[in-house]
Amino acid sequence: MSEHLREKLNILADAAKYDVSCSSSGSDRKNTNKGVGNGHSSGICHTYTEDGRCVSLLKILLTNHCIFDCAYCVSRKSNDIERAAFTVDEVVELTMNFYRRNYIEGLFLSSGIFKNADFTMERLLRVVKKLRLEENYNGYIHLKTIPGASDELIKEAGLYADRMSINLEMPTESGLKLLAPEKTHGEVIRSLDFVQNQVVQFKDEKKLIKSVPKFVPAGQSTQMVIGATPETDKDIMYTADRFYKSFALRRVYYSGYIPISNDTRMPVLGTQPPLLRENRLYQTDWLMRFYGFNVRELLNDANPHLDIDIDPKLSWALRNLQHFPIDINTADYRMILRVPGIGVGSANKIVQARKFGKLHIYQLKNIGISYNRAKHFIKCADTPFQLKDYQATQIKGFILAESNSKYLKTDNNQLILF
Amino acid sequence: MIYVFDGSLEGLLTAVFEYFERKPKTVLLQTEKVFQPDAFTESLKIVNNRAKADRVWNGLQKRLDKQWRRRFYCAYLSELPEIFNSLFQFSNYIFNHPAGAEKNFGNEHVLAIAQIATKVEREKHRMEAFIRFQHTADGMFYCGIDPDFNVLPLIVKHFKDRYADQQWIIYDLKRRYGLFYDLLSVTEITIELNAKNLKQPTVQQLNGTEEMYANLWKDYFKSTNIESRKNTKLHVQHVPKRYWKYLTEKQLS
Repeated sequence: MSEHLREKLNILADAAKYDVSCSSSGSDRKNTNKGVGNGHSSGICHTYTEDGRCVSLLKILLTNHCIFDCAYCVSRKSNDIERAAFTVDEVVELTMNFYRRNYIEGLFLSSGIFKNADFTMERLLRVVKKLRLEENYNGYIHLKTIPGASDELIKEAGLYADRMSINLEMPTESGLKLLAPEKTHGEVIRSLDFVQNQVVQFKDEKKLIKSVPKFVPAGQSTQMVIGATPETDKDIMYTADRFYKSFALRRVYYSGYIPISNDTRMPVLGTQPPLLRENRLYQTDWLMRFYGFNVRELLNDANPHLDIDIDPKLSWALRNLQHFPIDINTADYRMILRVPGIGVGSANKIVQARKFGKLHIYQLKNIGISYNRAKHFIKCADTPFQLKDYQATQIKGFILAESNSKYLKTDNNQLILF
Repeated sequence: MIYVFDGSLEGLLTAVFEYFERKPKTVLLQTEKVFQPDAFTESLKIVNNRAKADRVWNGLQKRLDKQWRRRFYCAYLSELPEIFNSLFQFSNYIFNHPAGAEKNFGNEHVLAIAQIATKVEREKHRMEAFIRFQHTADGMFYCGIDPDFNVLPLIVKHFKDRYADQQWIIYDLKRRYGLFYDLLSVTEITIELNAKNLKQPTVQQLNGTEEMYANLWKDYFKSTNIESRKNTKLHVQHVPKRYWKYLTEKQLS
């Protein structure tokens, strides 16, 4: 039994790993009636794989049999790979035993589509119901919404899951049409919209009646594959921005495409996944969500692509030098947050600390800002007087000279003499 | 002037009381362990006094909000020799200044406490993440750890809330005490067993299915990795090597 299970786990974990989402945050589910498990509001990453991604959830497919033939997916119908399927009991056993040993924070359950959407969704629902109702399990559950599943099934699943997600797959409709003719963005939008409406409805009811159950307390997320089709960074981030706004998404994930087939429509096998681009997109995402940037400031028709050699915040600052230097001791919190080299934590500390006296360079350094980067954009109590105004390209040069990107194996600005 | 105390929280708070009773000019607080008598500086041995300590703690409670009280406690649990003086100076600073003085991150002691507390919280969070229970033959879930800081008092609630229906023991090998949950409450325990067994229970002591699930977990850990994205530097940054000994998935099978 154990050997058989090992084999299945290997196949179905391998097939599920291209789903990036592994967050376990945002749920405050309590452990009721002495059961097992609870939600942790900030989530816990229990380990990290060698590619540096966190492992928080047991991420598996119920099955990798699939009736669809999406070019970017390993489980596509035409791909000649081993197929397997878990039984409901096997998934429940695995989850419970891993959870009890503190290996995982919960379950991420997805599935290939077998037969049809409702049939698949119904199986997923059976797993989560068994966990919640029979095993008295209150840990995290991330459930995939199967596109095209009926409203009743999705609604019922939402009562047991902490987070639901459905993937956009490609940033634009045309990209999706090219690689997955059977899928449309419309279907995804319909599902996201349905769940979001339910979330709002349940919240409203909860205000009046305390016993209303939780409905998808950790919200929804989605994912886009980057680099399989020729969209610009602007296309990608505008789509993300639209989805954040319309469906109150908690996260949009960007997954650099890893070549898995010889399909001529996509990058050839052996191409490096676009890790740096992915990183820049996440940085932009963070700037939108936590730093008060509007996506139009970062990406627009004049700059449809993000800079590769510098991060988007620095890049924005260099394009908008008219706002700088700002005085740390008087500037708005919003402006301090926009200084390259100052993060949310440091910005908070600065605005609290400056009430007690003007801040000096050594204090800023101790607070933990990246001073060498920030010094071009700020003034504080003992900033040396400077006659010369540097150009954006000069500042960029200074910053690049003293930082070495983790993505560049060899520094290609300077020849090595010895 | 050097105040010498025994390293306990009570002693630390008593020292603050003594400072305000005597008001010497500058004081350095040191533990008995690191104290070196000095011909040019006077020293005072702090005698623990519960009543005095309580008064200081009540005073701090009035002045500091919940977050800062937790920071204070976390910083204390770091057990770093230099943090005791910082906590001492911080308390004096709080009592000597009007309300809200703890927000002055420009002050070195305020900043030190905020930063050390963050480190301790990080270690606490790591323990919540990296503890791997082993199911023993008598139905207990056991894990031995040796965290950088004394974080057991901080993780009690998390594990008690989460694993309410299973008996578990988390044992701090370095500080030689542990937590035992008996399905009702958590108690502090010490175990008289040889250190090797506490670190890794023998096969006989483990439950029959333990090996199977450990192997399944190791398999899962391997399968979920994407080879072409290998990034060892990031991996080690997230899971520093000193924690590998806890991790089932990092043991050879």
